[in-house]
Amino acid sequence: MASIDYPLERPAVSLEKGFAQHLYEWVATVDHKKLGLMYVVSALLFFVIAGLMAFVIRLQLMFPNGHVVGPDTFNRLFTMHGTTMVFLVGMPLVAGFANYLVPLMIGARDMAFPRLNAFGFWIFLFGGFLLYYSYIGGSGLYGAGSAPDVGWFANAPLTEKAFSRGHSTDYWALGILVSGVGSIASAINVIATAFSLRCPGMTLSRMPLFVWVMVVDSWLILVALPPLTAAQIMLMLDRYLGANFFNTQQGGSAVLWQHFFWIFGHPEVYILIFPAFAILSEVIPVFSRKPLFGRAAMVGAVVAIGFISLGVWAHHMFAVGMSSWSNTFFAGSSMLVGIPTGLKIFNWTATMYGGKLRLQTPLLYCCAFLFQFLVAGLTGIMLAVAPFDWQLHDSYFLIAHFHYTLMGGLVMGIFAGIYYWFPKAIGKMYNEKLGKWQFWLMIIGFNLTFLPQHIAGMLGMPRRIYTYAPGRGWELWNLLSSLGAMVQFVAVACLVWNLVHSALRGEPAGDDPWDGWTLEWATTSPPPEYNFEKLPVVRSSRPLWDMKHPHDPDWKYE
Amino acid sequence: MAEALELTADALTMEREWKTPDRGTVGIIFLIVTESALFLIFVLAYLVYIGKSVVGPYPKDVLEMPIAATVCLLSSSLTIVMAEHQLEKNRIGPFRLWWAITILLGLYFLYDTALEWKKLIYVDHLTISTNLFGTTFYSLVGLHASHVTVGMTFLLLVFTVSLLGFPIETQKRRVKFLSWYWHFVDWVWVIVFTVVYIVSAR
Repeated sequence: MASIDYPLERPAVSLEKGFAQHLYEWVATVDHKKLGLMYVVSALLFFVIAGLMAFVIRLQLMFPNGHVVGPDTFNRLFTMHGTTMVFLVGMPLVAGFANYLVPLMIGARDMAFPRLNAFGFWIFLFGGFLLYYSYIGGSGLYGAGSAPDVGWFANAPLTEKAFSRGHSTDYWALGILVSGVGSIASAINVIATAFSLRCPGMTLSRMPLFVWVMVVDSWLILVALPPLTAAQIMLMLDRYLGANFFNTQQGGSAVLWQHFFWIFGHPEVYILIFPAFAILSEVIPVFSRKPLFGRAAMVGAVVAIGFISLGVWAHHMFAVGMSSWSNTFFAGSSMLVGIPTGLKIFNWTATMYGGKLRLQTPLLYCCAFLFQFLVAGLTGIMLAVAPFDWQLHDSYFLIAHFHYTLMGGLVMGIFAGIYYWFPKAIGKMYNEKLGKWQFWLMIIGFNLTFLPQHIAGMLGMPRRIYTYAPGRGWELWNLLSSLGAMVQFVAVACLVWNLVHSALRGEPAGDDPWDGWTLEWATTSPPPEYNFEKLPVVRSSRPLWDMKHPHDPDWKYE
Repeated sequence: MAEALELTADALTMEREWKTPDRGTVGIIFLIVTESALFLIFVLAYLVYIGKSVVGPYPKDVLEMPIAATVCLLSSSLTIVMAEHQLEKNRIGPFRLWWAITILLGLYFLYDTALEWKKLIYVDHLTISTNLFGTTFYSLVGLHASHVTVGMTFLLLVFTVSLLGFPIETQKRRVKFLSWYWHFVDWVWVIVFTVVYIVSAR
């Protein structure tokens, strides 16, 4: 009778999933939430890598005549730092946040094209790997240790075969081209999802502002990324088939690449900052306990930016010697873009005005965004004045300007978003105390790093120099800057620790920890694979408010 | 209470009558938007470099207007509409006929491009590296031809599965999207033709 020792009803498959099964689930998934998380996590990994590169750059520039790295390594460091931050951090953050939240916010079960979505993620990731493979394959196996060193905008003819030997530039062009295909795929997907999969009652005028901003963002990706792809194809034709697009010996233009790159490059900075706009438009109302001020104007402003930003690219090129008519046009259009952007700042502030503010980490980061992005906008207006730009073009003033937009703006907005939706995505609450610590360290570190760079720039310090001689008045500002980088290092470590520790040991967050108003808070945390048991029906732009206050719903007044 | 009931009834109607655009339609439209942006840059590069070549051959010396190929490609836009029309009525035989004509017209276009390139390379000694004209000509016309090739691949795929007995009338939506893509490729040719064979070869 020994054979009856087993329990009779043994489950055929063990309920405990092994590592291989987990891995398979994530690799083979087409679920928009898993893909969204993978996008955000890989973006954060690349953020840490590129951040460490910036840290080495700051160590090198901390004192005059620094010897931490040599000039060649320095060129590779700033190239890889910029390329990574823009293409492997900013772009996947756009795709990641849109992927995770757009279907949830419009009451859909998945994206419009789930398999295209998975394709987009993996091709982005392999594009990133291809770029980093250049560290091994850049000069072939014999000349290991090479990476692209042509700057993140890789101006031709510098990138032509004659001036850029080896294969590191090819890895730059191909890696970015490939990951760009992923961005295009994800942008088409976001637009199709937002237009086609809205739940009953979710008209375009009731669609959350987050979704609106992401739709305009995807539109910008679709029209602005192909110029870069085209220019990279031209570059590869030049390098491999001997074509002459950027070959000045054959009459090719030395400026054409800059035009094509910045036709992409300027909309790109709006593509990058839009997720922050999207996040602020959700976080500020919920944490001020007031609906968003001027909703329609906010949508109008973001659509306006989506068009005006396509016509401002040459303000990156005032110093190449364009005609004065071009200079005037591009200076004017660049200032014009400040109007809708200013309107957005005013409306966010007006949302907070008179509200019952809950000063928790997400809102703190939104406030930081408002201040720092405003500074960035003001220095942007200064640089849009062509004669002013001639003085400070490619100086540390410019570095400070765009780090205030992208670091002080985008990254702070993303941090707000991460803290805001972490409880939804993971189901655990983050550590609020540690979050506040990170906030203050980040703010102090960030401003300590980049505020002095304005002054260093005005004192004439050019960008991309690997070291400098003492006695020019730059020492103090560089020292402060590098000290600030160290504070930021600690702050990012706090964030990583907070996220990892809270994901493993955090308190359960509950479905709706912030008393939110958009549909993602109507489902469980984390949401089930099908998002909603029954598709919701929406009657106003704050569906959850209606659900929670049946006697005083929004739809009566909209 | 009455209000709540009213709300439910209202919600039910809303749910029943709720319509959103088809996701495939939105997807293909924006795919065409992004492809147009790609073509725009190559067209701009061509326009910028007209007359900038420092050595010959020059466009007006070597280019001949591909009239027959153009007529074929543009009429394939009509024949694919005819094919779609027949598919709409579930007439598979005529659908296959018009579809085959579309394929033949497209193939003739590609064949003509191949002949043109052969002549340019072997007779006129114009390659992609000869001068700026060669660079921009081969990349713009080549970009278009590669799009025709992609469209052709899908046309052949549809034709093959239809011949193998697959019920193609169940795939009207996808056939429609393919025909939109084909129209796009045809109308890009109008721009390429104008820029390359009329503007630059004057």
